[in-house]
Amino acid sequence: MEVLQLLIGGVAQGCVYGLIALGFVLIYKATEQVNFAQGDILMLGAYVALTLMVEARALGWDVHLAFWIALPLTMVIMGGFGYLLDRTVLRPIIGQPQFAVVILTIAMGFVFRAAAGAIWSTESQTLATPFTGKKVTLGGAVLGAESLAIIAGTVILAAVLYAFFRFTRIGVAMQAASQNQLAAYYMGIPVKVIFSLIWGISAAVAAAAGVLLAPIATIDPEMGFIGLKAFAAAVIGGFGSLPGALIAGLMLGTIEPFAAAYGTRAGLPKGVPEVSAYILMLVVLIVRPQGLFAQVYRKKV
Amino acid sequence: MRNIFKTSYVQDIRLFEHAGHYFWYGLLLIAVFAAPQIIPQFFVGEMSLVFVYAIAGIGLMLLTGYTGLASLGHAAFLGVGAYAHNYFVTKLGIPFPFALVMAGFVSAAVGIAFALPALRMTGIYLAIATLAFAVILDQVFSHWGSVTGGFRGVPVARPNLFGWPMATETHFYYLCLVVLILVTLGARNILRSATGRAMMAIRDSEISAQSMGIHIARTKVTAFGLSTFITGIAGGLLAHKLQFVSPEAFSIILSIQLLLMIVVGGLGSLHGCFYGAVIVAFLPQFLALMKDVLPPSIGQIPGLQGGVFGLILVLFILLEPYGIYGRWRKIRLFFEVFPLYRRATFKRQRGYLKTERMR
Amino acid sequence: MTAPSGIANAALLEAKKLTIQFGGLRAVDEVSFDVKPGEVYTIVGPNGAGKTTVFNLISRIYDVSDGHIVFQGRDITDVPPHRIARMGIARTFQNIELFEHSTVLQNLLVGRHCRNRTNLLSEIFFTPGVLRAEVEHRDKVERIIDFLELQHYREQIIANLPYGVRKVVELARALSTEPTLLLLDEPASGLNIEETDDLANWIDDIKSDLKITVLMIEHDMRLVSRVSDRVLAMNQGRVLAEGTAAEVQRHPDVVRAYLGS
Repeated sequence: MEVLQLLIGGVAQGCVYGLIALGFVLIYKATEQVNFAQGDILMLGAYVALTLMVEARALGWDVHLAFWIALPLTMVIMGGFGYLLDRTVLRPIIGQPQFAVVILTIAMGFVFRAAAGAIWSTESQTLATPFTGKKVTLGGAVLGAESLAIIAGTVILAAVLYAFFRFTRIGVAMQAASQNQLAAYYMGIPVKVIFSLIWGISAAVAAAAGVLLAPIATIDPEMGFIGLKAFAAAVIGGFGSLPGALIAGLMLGTIEPFAAAYGTRAGLPKGVPEVSAYILMLVVLIVRPQGLFAQVYRKKV
Repeated sequence: MRNIFKTSYVQDIRLFEHAGHYFWYGLLLIAVFAAPQIIPQFFVGEMSLVFVYAIAGIGLMLLTGYTGLASLGHAAFLGVGAYAHNYFVTKLGIPFPFALVMAGFVSAAVGIAFALPALRMTGIYLAIATLAFAVILDQVFSHWGSVTGGFRGVPVARPNLFGWPMATETHFYYLCLVVLILVTLGARNILRSATGRAMMAIRDSEISAQSMGIHIARTKVTAFGLSTFITGIAGGLLAHKLQFVSPEAFSIILSIQLLLMIVVGGLGSLHGCFYGAVIVAFLPQFLALMKDVLPPSIGQIPGLQGGVFGLILVLFILLEPYGIYGRWRKIRLFFEVFPLYRRATFKRQRGYLKTERMR
Repeated sequence: MTAPSGIANAALLEAKKLTIQFGGLRAVDEVSFDVKPGEVYTIVGPNGAGKTTVFNLISRIYDVSDGHIVFQGRDITDVPPHRIARMGIARTFQNIELFEHSTVLQNLLVGRHCRNRTNLLSEIFFTPGVLRAEVEHRDKVERIIDFLELQHYREQIIANLPYGVRKVVELARALSTEPTLLLLDEPASGLNIEETDDLANWIDDIKSDLKITVLMIEHDMRLVSRVSDRVLAMNQGRVLAEGTAAEVQRHPDVVRAYLGS
């Protein structure tokens, strides 16, 4: 019983990690940029949704209507935000070494956190959703509807993204631009626009993750730190494959609660369960430095 | 424009190229040694913090700026040095200078312990690994109570040089200054000899570095060891400056501040460490002053310091990626070749990304 | 044409049935050849023939799947890549692998690394021994700068240099390692007629003045005919023919490989 609850909770958490990791990998595959601010974009998305919900409720709408309008609206808004972010801040530094982008996105994260604190205050807040507080009985176990909603939402998003990349022209163009930028230019692919689009999609996915996460966490400017763990997931997956990111996220999400619950009994020193994600990541990196689904090739000289 | 007439290779090799350099640096040295007699004690304290940061910055610069290995969690090594040094002095009663050097070695040992398995990681993976390692070290600081005092931390006594207690800020200032000068000289010496060239070669092209006979793994481990040794020593000094060590003091924020230091100062130059250290040390004071001027909605937010740091970094990366030192070189070049200065002299060649997935 | 004098008969480098397999593809298939000391030995062949792969095998960037490499009588098939330079084998790369952000001088000084004897501790204190070593390295490097007429470019950053000059710097850097055997990977690619002529003169000088053996990959048949003592033709990972430049060019297999049948 406890195991099932831990498992579902872990899977739900893992889905959130997976979605954030998905966003990382989307951007990295296309642009080779690593967006350390992905978690903070999730945070901004949660706040935007919160504001929308609060406004909607103030207008008298009920929670279901408000939520099902706020969610896609948040994704659209944050998608636009991601697009503009790339357009203004990241496009000018195309061609600079990767290190510059790493520093830039880390710095952006700080700016976002400060801005969120200024705009929305630093007190923790909660988001009311149609799933909050509801319980579902499954095989004798009582599970939170929020967790199930997260899992369902992740599956839907993943399916949509898969279809998008596989079957649309833009998706194929994105794959081309990600493999050889210069050649894509020659083929007439508007590489820079595509990058901004990818950032937009990635931000929308992060926003969705934020909205789904909000019911089981509290909303505050620091909630983006979950991005670090999702990062570990992306690294374990190898930054090269989208399914890899999801799978790795699920892995981490499920291991953590079990490590926390049974860790001390198994003799693990104090403090290890909280950093189990990072330890796992380091182990994977040591054994297979390019991650499980490698994208780094030996240079042909 | 100054044309230097050189008559021997030694002129190129030694630290300063010509008489003018000796003069200006000599002047700087005199000013810096005389300063505590002139400026208020508060600023003396601030300057010693600048020196400590500069030492840490040199450590990070050697690793990231010169060898190209990004370290996003370097504050953790400051912590290792700080805790180790304090432990040696307080619990083991080892004299200050030995404890400081030993702390450096402890930090180097931890750094090498990380570097050895991390050798095959490249670029972004290594950077993330350093971040993860820093988080794990943070946990160690918080939970290894017998040595580190756990979450609450331990107080640190004033430094005591073989029985001579360094009671005043001025004493500490000179201590940090001397250490800084020694570290700077050592770093300069390394950079102008074979090891330094090997480090820079790895940064630019591992494959051709290897075919020139450079042992990649050994050089990387050496770079890590040197970097963490220097940072560990800075940590020991920082412990005395803060007069308290706790895990919070060595958080990600400090790591980012160190990165800001070397990026804003100018990657790939030792000068950059100094410029950056000045900024990072004085920024909190500056912000505290600004708080009174700014409207409360901006001035009072808790994350303001981080936000301002972030903003500065963003602006520098976008507008002046070569940092303060780079800007200084451009200004100097402008005056040297006036009126023939071309902005494109420093422009990067490429307008597209050359993939780093093939190394 | 009579064989050039001064070439001993014991091979400097022996490639014995070198083979490497990438998945299902045999990029190099039982390639064998000998390079005699003091000669200029050229490998020719269409693109994708595996020539650069042979170089990568010799400089140990790749591990062989089968076969042996013997240099100066020593089996170097398993030697770690960074040892190769010290043993006396230097190479240039097809797609220039210089250190972009350093000056020409710094690039050449890195080449001296395999001949360096100083250790970290003495470098930190910059002992007189280190100073002496640095002056000596600088002296050796300056000779090469004079040899290849790079004096004007000494302090220039590589990123600012034109392609032709970079090729010469690549050659200079390989020479700084004081090699016994020099591997040149398409040294003339991208060079114009004058630059190629300069290169031909330098290769002659490298052979006669510096007494360095040259193993070269090249497409420019004029250059190949001019400087080579012997030529090896490869196609699809296998050896087609070996002989003088003229003999190889006339060989029916070679003609077929280049022009189709």
